[in-house]
Amino acid sequence: MMPLEIVDPVAATGLFSYAWLMIALPALGAFVLLAFGRFVEKSGPYLAVATITGSFVIAVALFVQLLGSPVEDRAVGVHLYTWFATGSWQIDVGLLVDQLSILFALLITGVGGLIHVYSLGYMAHDERKRRFFGYLNLFVAAMLTLVLADNYLVLFVGWEGVGLASYLLIGFWQHKPSAAAAAKKAFVMNRVGDLGMVLAISTMLAQFGSSAFVDVNHGAANLAGPWPMVIGLLLLLGACGKSAQVPLQAWLLDAMEGPTPVSALIHAATMVTAGVYLVVRSHAIFDLSPEARLAVVIVGTVTLLAGAWIGCSKDDIKKVLAGSTMSQIGYMMLAAGIGPAGYAFAIFHLLTHGAFKANMFLGAGSVMHGMNDDVDMRHYGGLWKYLPLTFWTFACGYLAIIGFPLTSGYFSKDHIIEAAFGQSALVGSLALLGAGVTAFYMTRLMLMTFGGGKRWLDGVHPHESPAVMTVPLVVLAVLSIGAGAVMNWWIQDWLEPAAGNHPHEVELLPTPIGWLTLLVVAAGIAIGWLVFGRKPVPSVAPAGNAITVAGRNELYGNAVNNTLVVQPVLALSSATVTNDAKGIDGFVHLFTTAIAGFSVEGRKAQTGYVRSYAVTMVLGVLVVGAVLILGLAA
Amino acid sequence: MTFPWLSLLGLLPLLGALVLALPVRGAARPIGLAFSLTTLVLAAVVTVLYQGGTDLSERLPWIPAFGAYWALGLDGMGLAMVLLTAVLTPIVLIAEWNITGKGRWNAQAYFAMVLALQGTALLTFLAGDVLLFYVFFEATLIPMYFLIGGFGGEHRRAAALKFLMFNLVGGFILLAAVIGLFATSASLGGTPSYLLTDLAGLAIPTDTARWLMVGFLIAFIIKAPMVPVHTWLPFAAEQATPGSSTLMVGILDKIGTFAMIKFCIGLFPEASAWVAPFMIVLALISIIYGAAAAIASKNLLRLVSYTSVSHFGFMVLGIYIFTTQSINGTIFFMVNHGFSTAALFLAVGFLIKRRGSADISDFGGVEKVTPVLAGSVLLAVLSAISLPGMSTFVSEFLVIAGTWSREPGVAAVAALGIVLAATYGLLMYQRTMTGPVTEATATHFTRDLDVRERGVLIPIIGLILVFGFLPAPLVNLVEPTAKATMQRMQVADPVAPAKGEK
Repeated sequence: MMPLEIVDPVAATGLFSYAWLMIALPALGAFVLLAFGRFVEKSGPYLAVATITGSFVIAVALFVQLLGSPVEDRAVGVHLYTWFATGSWQIDVGLLVDQLSILFALLITGVGGLIHVYSLGYMAHDERKRRFFGYLNLFVAAMLTLVLADNYLVLFVGWEGVGLASYLLIGFWQHKPSAAAAAKKAFVMNRVGDLGMVLAISTMLAQFGSSAFVDVNHGAANLAGPWPMVIGLLLLLGACGKSAQVPLQAWLLDAMEGPTPVSALIHAATMVTAGVYLVVRSHAIFDLSPEARLAVVIVGTVTLLAGAWIGCSKDDIKKVLAGSTMSQIGYMMLAAGIGPAGYAFAIFHLLTHGAFKANMFLGAGSVMHGMNDDVDMRHYGGLWKYLPLTFWTFACGYLAIIGFPLTSGYFSKDHIIEAAFGQSALVGSLALLGAGVTAFYMTRLMLMTFGGGKRWLDGVHPHESPAVMTVPLVVLAVLSIGAGAVMNWWIQDWLEPAAGNHPHEVELLPTPIGWLTLLVVAAGIAIGWLVFGRKPVPSVAPAGNAITVAGRNELYGNAVNNTLVVQPVLALSSATVTNDAKGIDGFVHLFTTAIAGFSVEGRKAQTGYVRSYAVTMVLGVLVVGAVLILGLAA
Repeated sequence: MTFPWLSLLGLLPLLGALVLALPVRGAARPIGLAFSLTTLVLAAVVTVLYQGGTDLSERLPWIPAFGAYWALGLDGMGLAMVLLTAVLTPIVLIAEWNITGKGRWNAQAYFAMVLALQGTALLTFLAGDVLLFYVFFEATLIPMYFLIGGFGGEHRRAAALKFLMFNLVGGFILLAAVIGLFATSASLGGTPSYLLTDLAGLAIPTDTARWLMVGFLIAFIIKAPMVPVHTWLPFAAEQATPGSSTLMVGILDKIGTFAMIKFCIGLFPEASAWVAPFMIVLALISIIYGAAAAIASKNLLRLVSYTSVSHFGFMVLGIYIFTTQSINGTIFFMVNHGFSTAALFLAVGFLIKRRGSADISDFGGVEKVTPVLAGSVLLAVLSAISLPGMSTFVSEFLVIAGTWSREPGVAAVAALGIVLAATYGLLMYQRTMTGPVTEATATHFTRDLDVRERGVLIPIIGLILVFGFLPAPLVNLVEPTAKATMQRMQVADPVAPAKGEK
């Protein structure tokens, strides 16, 4: 493979010198909301919305500036300060505003801003909503740090920062044991991935003497032996944790314990896509290692199928969407693993997915809002008439995710499937199969929720949500439909300097594979309608066949983790404590008893009074001191 | 010789302890606090002078026949430990402001013992003479013994005795080595000298040096404490008050790692290289074993002390892997761990005070009723598990990354510790703070942190966060010690083979 041209960022001037404000505003918001609780109990949520709006305005302004800059000036470095330096290592804190990071900044602050607004309505009656908005702001600050950092170690601060925010928000309703357990599980599983990150960054420091993007990019070509593969696989481990990719996928479905806006923002649109960002950002490393790229492709393909499978069998609307998120991120990973031909498409799909999945999660929240927080789709039905705005906006998301012609998902997903066929017929076919299954489970979701007859529980009176919730839905619906067409002819060229240059191997308009995809999607819809549209949906889940049961049990991911990891660790833990009590201390006690046996006489001195020990000790010290000073001075 | 700042620094708290031996009645606590705060100011003055380039070292003949001197001096590491000690002591005094005990074990005695401990610990960190170091090393045991045995849980006397036994065994071996060093010094150098600078210049025969080094090292391994000689710590921490445990783990145990760098490597570099593989294995065992034991701990105080066993493993690993980065990380970790463990012990202490029990199973749903207390515990936990943004992260990362640059396999095993850390930290938080509010929690947790308790935790957590984002001042402070240690070992950092041209 041709080594890529390395783009060095230009130093920041003008508005770019203030890029750090994007992070500082929500960080300040989080600090004020969390540390000065009583004073901002009422105003806090609005303050949080204000800070992220500020960040969004800055992001837009920087984006406009980049659009107007010549290509070679579109990567801007903002040096802030030296974090620390020891030996030959120096870690600088700086930001890199370039074609890639600015798109993320727009996604995070744009979709994030909409979700902040939506939460004003969704969390209106929660007594701890000030804290909720504090955590949301903390998340935004950390996520922006992750994507704007110009150094892997600084990126890692954002990386674990979003993990912390995710932990706090999954467990937001911590009085529910299930929420608290899910939060801990998410953090611990992410730590397994972070182990990979720590070691990857360690490898960079050992190999390049630096973890700055520029130094890694410049040094990558000098890597010898297995090191490109090692760094690539370690980064992939980190990406698997953060992006809920197999084998570190099991936390994401549990994470749905968090309030729905959190699921939309963190566990669909932004944080879980950080793994894809990481791979694309590290393309200098992955370009050098076909093995690491292959591993990324395998992880992505397996996850896109596993997620879709789970999505088919769950009755909890949020878990269906969570399985779908896993699956869609699998597509992105697959694209990123393909290499230069796929990087831009991975990011393209990431952006469109950010819009349409946030749209659908917030739509699900709107449904739950009207259904007394019930998440079981078997208790829904016929809601299109009662939640019209939610239905129509959700339908836009539906069309986008299944890849209905000219919607955003149509453009972004088709490119990935086509690129996958470029990789190998097997991977391409599996990606194609995934598209069919996606159409199936999403049709199922639509029919169970909005179609058919009412299966509502007693006392449920569905009602449309207030404008503060529906307006964000409308905006996201428009993006779900239109964003793809806007970016399709632009994003490849735009990202080229940041994500690697390559000949445009993929047609931007339907090819035979594109037509085939449409056919498979149509088949998925048809099967979905045959199963769930023609006859009433039972309000209690039927037993289901082996495939359904496996999907409901999340393909036994938790059982595998328990057997292979959790139980052995717990066994080791109890063994250490037992060893301390019986082994080590047992030996010590034997030893002391033996000595005591020789000193029956001495026992009289053991009065058990600490003060008598004290006197003895002080006397002893005095005697020793006197001997030392007098005896030896002579 | 200029003004004896260092002697004053070390002796002032001891003077305070003596003053508190007088019948001062109700004024004991303010007096004690005033002494510790004055010591803090003095430490700040010393820092300014040191950074300004003033030579603060002092030397007076003490026992000429032994070649022993009253020699005090500072380097980056020493100053870092002095600052840690000076900051933690007043915080502990405020945290234990309402301490009570039986009979003569009252607040006055407690404050006096804390000051005595501070003074002896400071002098241990300042000593530039091996015999002087030994005397203060042992002297710290006395106030610590009384702090454990006089104040705390039901089995405090047994715990104090266990603490003393383990440490005295180490101390006796150390004494033998110190005496051996005298003989070596006398025979090699003609006139004996216990001055570190003189001893470092001796060409001690390899075998002798190894024997002597082992004598020193055993005492420091027990002190640090490393598996398998760590069992005194969980017991002592469980029985002692949280303030005493803070001093014991935060300051006293640091003497172990401090002395490994200053004395084992400073006096016996060849022997230290010889023992390094053994120490690396021992460190890995401590990291994993301590973290695993923390996961299984049913008592909050035992849990916290096991986390320290794991963290001391990281510190020891950083020393014996011999890179500038890892040694710097270790010394920085010694400071950070002091703050982190203080935050953890004291925050957990406020929990236990309210509940009247340290059993994890006695808690549940605390976050709902006392959110500020819960938030403080969470922040302390996050610092213990080295979340980026906390100062502990920088130091732990430097140890892991420095280790990786020399021995990737060792670093990979050590890094498992960060996954286990997340497990013990968040599992504990989940069990105590989350879930429905239990009846016992509703009864006992009627008030959130008060002004005094916030005053204790805010400075520590603030320092952890400040040094998390701005660690450079401390990293730079200890860098000369890390470099000098590397020079002493005559080892160079691994070079980065793939460094690119810009």
